[in-house]
Amino acid sequence: MAPIVSIRNLKKTYGNGFEALKGVDLNIEEGEILALLGPNGAGKTTLISIVCGLINPSGGQVLVGGHDVVKDFRQTRAMIGLVPQELTTDQFETVWNTVTFSRGVHGKKPNPALIEQILKDLSLWEKRDNMLRELSGGMKRRVLIAKALSYEPRILFLDEPTAGVDVNLRREMWQVVERLRENGVTIILTTHYIEEAEEIADRVGVINGGELLLVEAKTALMQKLGRKELRLELIEPMETLPEALGSYSVSIAENGSALIYEYQGETEQGRIATLLGTLAAHGIEYRDLSTRQSSLEDIFVELVGQRA
Amino acid sequence: MNFEAVKSIYLFEMARMRRTLLQSVVSPVLTTSLYFIVFGTAIGSRIEQIEGISYGAFITPGLIMLSLLTQCIANGSIGIYFPKFTGTIYEILSAPIAMSEILLGYVGAAASKGLIIGLIILATATFFVDISIAHPFMMLVFLVLTAITFSLAGFIIGIWAKNFEQLNIMPMLVVPPLTFLGGSFYSIDMLPPFWQTVSHFNPVLYLVSGFRWSFYEIADVNPVISLGMIGLFLLLCLTLVAWIFRTGYRLRS
Repeated sequence: MAPIVSIRNLKKTYGNGFEALKGVDLNIEEGEILALLGPNGAGKTTLISIVCGLINPSGGQVLVGGHDVVKDFRQTRAMIGLVPQELTTDQFETVWNTVTFSRGVHGKKPNPALIEQILKDLSLWEKRDNMLRELSGGMKRRVLIAKALSYEPRILFLDEPTAGVDVNLRREMWQVVERLRENGVTIILTTHYIEEAEEIADRVGVINGGELLLVEAKTALMQKLGRKELRLELIEPMETLPEALGSYSVSIAENGSALIYEYQGETEQGRIATLLGTLAAHGIEYRDLSTRQSSLEDIFVELVGQRA
Repeated sequence: MNFEAVKSIYLFEMARMRRTLLQSVVSPVLTTSLYFIVFGTAIGSRIEQIEGISYGAFITPGLIMLSLLTQCIANGSIGIYFPKFTGTIYEILSAPIAMSEILLGYVGAAASKGLIIGLIILATATFFVDISIAHPFMMLVFLVLTAITFSLAGFIIGIWAKNFEQLNIMPMLVVPPLTFLGGSFYSIDMLPPFWQTVSHFNPVLYLVSGFRWSFYEIADVNPVISLGMIGLFLLLCLTLVAWIFRTGYRLRS
């Protein structure tokens, strides 16, 4: 099946000479949830803005459902919903009016029943006659989502959806995302919270300095994630590894004052006890031990650091 | 043509007028009434007729124009400036609509508001002075063309403005002097020859003169020239807007 969004060699240089995108290639499959990770200023928002029509590309092409986003903007923009990063709302409008407006401005005939359902799903129904400026930040975030859902998009862009959102709302939002996915909506979200990507994405893309560093299925990343590390602070420094430890993936660190044992958290349970037994049998003593899990963040920092 | 979208923008803008009724409608009507009381009744009673028309009746077309210009520029500019200022413009720019449709929604609403206010002021004037309209159709043509032209000018200002100060420069600092010096309150025949010549460089002179002609068949300049000049301003604004849309000036980088 052809990808629903196809980005080819996309470039953007702003008027002040800043190169925000340096030739990005990316295919997004229909129905998937793709998380775009990257530090501030990496080019995430620029990428989204070009696909949605807010910014004109300097080079390359974006096809949405087979249509060019610049030439056939009517077809592409009708398919795309956008929830922006900033809480931009018409302060003096009511929730109901602003959501109804969104549907209309996307060329869809009025459908009060649908709007009612969306507001109820997002716990906004009670607030429908409130002016937006009376709402809390979290509520405004929901309104922005309701606005984007009001015109039934096939592709939904969520730009930093959980910035400044409490845990409850975050949970609720993932439920909404899950429901949308069940209805076949393709979802692209940008974030710099890595747990977020871990939690809901099918694939993860890492973007930095205007380049897409990798796009990988989350499961593949999770395998790297599953790697754990046991660190033993030795009382007596050692120069070479005793032969008895040869069957473990153990290495010497910090001039022999520490041992590091790498293992798969799920598959190698119980091996730590045998390792420690072996150490005791050979009279290797340690004053402290600690374990840590390498996170997506480590991979991310490593990737971003390498290219910087 | 995305009719639903144009309708949505238009109705959304008109709803703003209902919400701000006091500011949108009541305030221009009140201001105009004050003009009638001061210039029409108090001072006007001491002024002889101008070309056979009572002074109060003479200034009516100018007063309508003054409000029409101010309102159209103000509404046309704030309509597009406010979403730019709050950031909600993202939604309009990412919607499946062409720039021309955005324009139709915003400028259509601003011109409609201007027209409504102009007609309300006309109705208010009948309480103070005797008004006769010699060419009602031409009166409406002048009114509609002026409303569209200056709403377009407002739209351009709204896109150009980077802050509220710039937004207010035109309606606050440019329109009032042009209107006051454009023959709203006098016939330019009353001016010394030098200032008569200067007045012909004032675009508002043509609007007021043509509009007044449609009421009383008296004019400072030939009404055909007036109509031609309004057409020219309209063309000028449309050209500028076309350039803005083509280049994405201050809208799409």
